[in-house]
Amino acid sequence: MADLSINMCGIKSPNPFWLASGPPSNCGEQVMRAFDAGWGGAVWKTLGKPIVNVSSRLGAVDHKGNRMSGLNNIELITDRPLDTNFKEIYEVKKRYPNHAVMVSLMVETKQEWEDIIRRAEDAGADGLELNFGCPHGMCERGMGSAVGQEPEILQELTSWVVDYANTPVLVKLTPNVTDILDPGFAAAKGGAHGLSLINTIKSIIGVNLDTLVPLPSVRDKSTNGGYCGPAVKPIALHMVAALARDTRINIPISGIGGIGDWRDAAEFIALGATSVQVCTAVMHYGYRIVEDMIDGLSNYLDDMKMTSVTELIGKAIPHFTEWGNLDLNYRVRATIDAEKCIGCQLCYIACLDGAHQCIHTRQNDCSAYHGESDHGSHPRSEIKPSVIHQADSQIPDYVPFVDEDECVGCNLCQLICPVPGCVSMEERESNVIAKT
Amino acid sequence: MERNMKLPDNRLENKFSESKPLYTKSEARIEANRCLFCYDALCTVACPAGIDISTFINKIASGNIRGAAKTIFKKNLLGVTTAQVCPVEELCVGACVYNKYNSNPINIGRLQRYATETAIQWEQEQDKKLFNTKVSSDRKVALIGAGPASLSCAAHLAHEGVKSVIYEKDNLPGGLNVTGIAPYKLFSDAALKEIDWLKETGLEIQTGVDIGHDISIDNLIDNFDAVFLGAGLGKDKFPGIPGENTSGVWGATDLIRKIKNDHTFTLPENLKTVNVVGGGNSAIDIARELAILGVLEVNIIYRQTKAEMPGYQHELDAAQKDGVRMIEYAVPVEIIQNNRLVLYTKHKITGEPQQFESDWIVIAIGNERDAGQLIPGLEIDEKGCVIVDSQTKRTSVAKIYAGGDCINGGKEVVNAVADGRDAAFAMLHEWGMLDLQHERKNHG
Repeated sequence: MADLSINMCGIKSPNPFWLASGPPSNCGEQVMRAFDAGWGGAVWKTLGKPIVNVSSRLGAVDHKGNRMSGLNNIELITDRPLDTNFKEIYEVKKRYPNHAVMVSLMVETKQEWEDIIRRAEDAGADGLELNFGCPHGMCERGMGSAVGQEPEILQELTSWVVDYANTPVLVKLTPNVTDILDPGFAAAKGGAHGLSLINTIKSIIGVNLDTLVPLPSVRDKSTNGGYCGPAVKPIALHMVAALARDTRINIPISGIGGIGDWRDAAEFIALGATSVQVCTAVMHYGYRIVEDMIDGLSNYLDDMKMTSVTELIGKAIPHFTEWGNLDLNYRVRATIDAEKCIGCQLCYIACLDGAHQCIHTRQNDCSAYHGESDHGSHPRSEIKPSVIHQADSQIPDYVPFVDEDECVGCNLCQLICPVPGCVSMEERESNVIAKT
Repeated sequence: MERNMKLPDNRLENKFSESKPLYTKSEARIEANRCLFCYDALCTVACPAGIDISTFINKIASGNIRGAAKTIFKKNLLGVTTAQVCPVEELCVGACVYNKYNSNPINIGRLQRYATETAIQWEQEQDKKLFNTKVSSDRKVALIGAGPASLSCAAHLAHEGVKSVIYEKDNLPGGLNVTGIAPYKLFSDAALKEIDWLKETGLEIQTGVDIGHDISIDNLIDNFDAVFLGAGLGKDKFPGIPGENTSGVWGATDLIRKIKNDHTFTLPENLKTVNVVGGGNSAIDIARELAILGVLEVNIIYRQTKAEMPGYQHELDAAQKDGVRMIEYAVPVEIIQNNRLVLYTKHKITGEPQQFESDWIVIAIGNERDAGQLIPGLEIDEKGCVIVDSQTKRTSVAKIYAGGDCINGGKEVVNAVADGRDAAFAMLHEWGMLDLQHERKNHG
């Protein structure tokens, strides 16, 4: 079994799986149960001057019957007394000395920062995470993403904290910026020991169409929230990778955003994360999900013949480059396995209406472009008389077939096909030599 | 005719429970979301009414239940009952692509029931209508028999403002939907409720009127712009063997009707064994109904094997799970009454004689096909079915259309519904009230 332990800028953890700052890390009892379930670390729910939270607080996007593909919240930082939080942190660290306990912090003045850092470290925190990411509520008071969106202020606040703190300092970044490299670089210049990202994305999750009040509703009003969960993972992956491949920024990254299983975690790690943080998936299914995360990641590392999770860090980065570096002479073509095809015709209609009109069927009249392949170079401005396309082989009528010469290799058919392995993209020799 | 038709409660039918009850909202959403939303979907190809199934299921998934119901009703105004009566395993559900994917096919019938019943409930709660019935035209149509074919035809005509009058010789409308569907699939009251809903379109039903007796055919032809013959099938057919008139020998449709609708009918306490002669779906239905009602031994006695049975395999499987047994290669020869009834048979291949004792014998070998004789001059095929044009359902006699069991010898309710709709569209087209080409191109 591969070694899953990590040391992220001095913060040691038995595995890379941390609870992200949020409702699952709200109190000591929760964090201890999480550690018992297998979590390697936890970032304590953000501490600051306690606030009063609203009701309700959460809204979700469901997709085709799947619940909570995306989650949005308008909850603020801790609404429990600081003393209580620090007592619990102390108790947790005493009982779980080998687990990583980071404390997320958000205050305003230098004096407040120094005070809260001292108390967190006195309670036994292994590290601090500066919440410069929260895009709702707190930013209206000049904190959270209001800091994360201003690189100069971010850098200055970071340097105050780093100067004062005795433990490693992670800066948590907001994705609500034009280019993540700006705040990332600012944090590094400010002396941060590591980065955490992404925080949530500014969002309106939906509208109650009966009352016309956006969600989540607080009586007859709502406000923007922070969006997270499986739907945001691609955005987070990109931002983590962008920072990881930037040669100016050489501090470790804790990856956050839509992680729900070991595959998600492995992708973040391969794109440069050292640890990963999870919140929404725990809110959905509970701490127990970490068991499969540990087990699955360990099996994967074994399969990849890696003895430690640290070997995986950044392994995908060399394969991530600018569009301009992509090989224009590489060509793939779709092929449909007639044995596996169930005849749903989803690839046919997707290609016809949403791609390049190169999947045909004998079941339907086709009025899209047909004829000698010209790769779209001639005007196609008339609706042609419809024809029934003929396939070369003796496949059943319900099986669509690909005009390989016309196929641009976009992947759409493979992506929408409900049968695994039915549509495959195969490399073909390119007949066009492209240079630009 | 009365509104809110309902039969007395203490019927044998009430002892049955529904095998496929109405989905809840969340059950329907979950099932609808499983649908792949196939293009040119095979389920629709398999539907005799041509309902755009993937479209209506997608509408359920989006929460547009009224839209889903309208998609169904556009093709099939008896969408509520056909959702329950259709042998979906042989039609849409059997064609679902999930079958090729080793996955459970979509429960299309149950989704159709959910959409249609929910939409009708919305109409009642909101006092609104899914369809605006258009202003009346001068045209009027007479329909013979108030079964699914005529109801479908009359309701489609009513939607276009054509007055229609259905004449039913029985004292209840609905035809086999009310008298002949196995109770675990559809209760008679549900079929009557659908007719109440259909009557809101303005169609008229006169029960207890025997055309050819109370009113002449010529009278109808003279007074209406068209006549639709939806008279179904006749009485139970008997094999013509000695002893078939003995007491305790039943016709299947007669007995099913009694179980469903006759509140004075009960099974005798000493009824232990029943032999059912036949191999069609009526034979399977009555056998299964008797088994569920507690008859200890129910046998289906068929002259060939399971493989040749016209009844559906999935129905036979279900009946066998309820305890029905199957006896093959037994050709009835004679019925003799001792203490009990004795059915003498001979083996289809070997000729070997056999005998089967029972308390009752039910004959389920089909029904008379005599509806065509109602109208002089109708061309009828060698099987006794009225010959019609396949698209328009016109018969050989001017102004007369026909559909349902009297043209096909006994198919599904949904076939009758499609026939009635086709005839209505053909009439409307002839009268310049509907562009049939347009209708076919866009909706079927």
